[in-house]
Amino acid sequence: MFRSLWQYRHFVLSSIYNDLFAQFARSKLGGLWVIINPLSQVLIYALILSNILAAKLPGIDNKYAYAIYLMAGLLAWNLFSEIIGRCLNLFIEKANIMKKMSFPRITLPTIVVGSCMLNNLLLFISMLGIFALLGHQFTWVMLWLIPLTLIVVILALGIGLILGVMNVFVRDIGQAFTVILQVWFWFTPIVYPLTIIPESYRHLMQLNPMYSLVDAYHQILVYNQAPELQSIAIISGIACLLALIGLFLFRRASAEMVDVL
Amino acid sequence: MSLLSVKNVGKAFRVYKSEWHRFANWFGLKIKPAEEHWVLRHINFEIHAGEAIGIIGQNGAGKSTLLKMITGTLQPTEGDIQINGRIAAILELGMGFNPELTGRQNVFHAAGLMGFSSEEIQQTISDIEAFAEIGDYFDQPVRIYSSGMQMRVAFAVATAYRPEILIVDEALSVGDTYFQHKSFARIREFQEQGTTLLIVSHDRSAIQSLCNRAILLENGAVIKDAEPEEVFDFYNALIAEKENSTVEVTKLEDGKTQTSSGTGEAKIEEIALYNSKGEVAEVVAVGEQVELHVKVKVYQAIDTLVLGYGIKDRLGQVMYGTNTWHTEQIINAPKVGNEYLFKIAFPANFGVGGYSVVIALHDRDTHMTTNYDWRDLALVFNVINMDKMQFNGCCWNEPAIEVTKQ
Repeated sequence: MFRSLWQYRHFVLSSIYNDLFAQFARSKLGGLWVIINPLSQVLIYALILSNILAAKLPGIDNKYAYAIYLMAGLLAWNLFSEIIGRCLNLFIEKANIMKKMSFPRITLPTIVVGSCMLNNLLLFISMLGIFALLGHQFTWVMLWLIPLTLIVVILALGIGLILGVMNVFVRDIGQAFTVILQVWFWFTPIVYPLTIIPESYRHLMQLNPMYSLVDAYHQILVYNQAPELQSIAIISGIACLLALIGLFLFRRASAEMVDVL
Repeated sequence: MSLLSVKNVGKAFRVYKSEWHRFANWFGLKIKPAEEHWVLRHINFEIHAGEAIGIIGQNGAGKSTLLKMITGTLQPTEGDIQINGRIAAILELGMGFNPELTGRQNVFHAAGLMGFSSEEIQQTISDIEAFAEIGDYFDQPVRIYSSGMQMRVAFAVATAYRPEILIVDEALSVGDTYFQHKSFARIREFQEQGTTLLIVSHDRSAIQSLCNRAILLENGAVIKDAEPEEVFDFYNALIAEKENSTVEVTKLEDGKTQTSSGTGEAKIEEIALYNSKGEVAEVVAVGEQVELHVKVKVYQAIDTLVLGYGIKDRLGQVMYGTNTWHTEQIINAPKVGNEYLFKIAFPANFGVGGYSVVIALHDRDTHMTTNYDWRDLALVFNVINMDKMQFNGCCWNEPAIEVTKQ
């Protein structure tokens, strides 16, 4: 599987490039749109919620702390939800090409991951620029984001592959998960700090696999601290397990997928 | 070693009572599907290097499914397909072209999808550009291309690298006449270099001129695997086949097979070819006035009776054919028991070689609606050059050449 992926590396790379290019072909602002979308989200939340929540963000005296907190959480969440969202309909969208051309199917999720990571990198770079404007400099602690990004990708790919494969056969899954993803977003402390949740319910957060990842992003970007390794290790394990199940399902289903597409 | 061997291949599409049963199957639980729909079953054939094979069959016979399994997009449910070499398919030209990208970028992308690296593509990109012949458009976005230009680029990429097996699906009519000839020439060139062709087409002449073998699929099974002419005759009979109609194949003395079919309301009783002296002849001279006599008897009440005939060369290409519908000599409401003699006189303006006569009895302008009797290779005759000058070709078309010095 990995050998055929290597053989088709050129196709994967050119597809990632095309994905990026197609997003802003014939638009004046071009690549900026990749960044404008999530940043406008940040702006909206910051404007509406900062007055309500700013006081409750502990341990930080930068008055833009809430905006930074938001951006850190969205950086993680955007990558996660983009990969899942695209994996969900990946095989249905590519039905035509899968039916007509013979090529390693594994290239399809690889392209999704590559192009989502590229988008995420662009977003991160622009966020760094904004951080600098807000008086929050780049630090070496941010290098922790590299392994963290990988864990987010593996987790998202695992979930995305499982659901994407099943969605080919039971189309309700795609619809249902779009809703679930939205609920999930609000059940993860991204626009609000964990502290506003009543103490007695807070432990429930531990059940949310995205919580420890988003929290790690917060630690790094907001508090300039290395993330807590124990919870990261647990979530890496879960992510790898899901990814393996996803790959297994994908390999098993590859043959039958084309039959029903 | 054969290039492609298809062993006892079958394809079933499975319907489960619930999709969860399907999922459970992947995890090793053996749950029987609620329905199994076999599209192909027990398909066996082998293809060797340099062969050219036509695959024919009615819609829904399983041609596309078979091709998809050979190209690898579909997995066979049972059996085994072995391929020794690279396969290229001209199935759906222009698949995956991105309209916003230029022709050149799309070529890179499409060749990447075929598994080539960017260095390999770099080496051939100028050939592809030259073959497509679309000039400056090559560096313009594909969205402003005409559909013909898009086809040209797509064909150029698909055939940029000579494969061991080339699959062509009804795609021989690419673009304008000029490009059609060009693409046909490229396919022939590949064939000469040893590429095996697999062609799906309903176009008899395309298959007969390119292929040396044909496979006829019907209801998911190979029902004939032989020379194209024989297979096509059988196929035609099959199309014309109706209720209580029979298809009969007889081996003739020279090893060829004769296919006759029909519902039998009227039958061909006797066929003979007479030369200019009024004798039954098997050998006639180029340009000789000959007469074809066909005796027909009516066995059941029918509304109209039309006789059609055609003269075919040794490859099975029709040299000339018409019927009494077109000549407006339809017999209306013939009585049961009546016998008719059709005398068809024509000059044997054919090239030197062997020819065969096909005769059909039907009710209208084609034999597709009803087919009383159909006989391929009803009669064979040879044309020899007795008194004409030396010439090439399949028809005698006497010229008057005038040469003047100026």
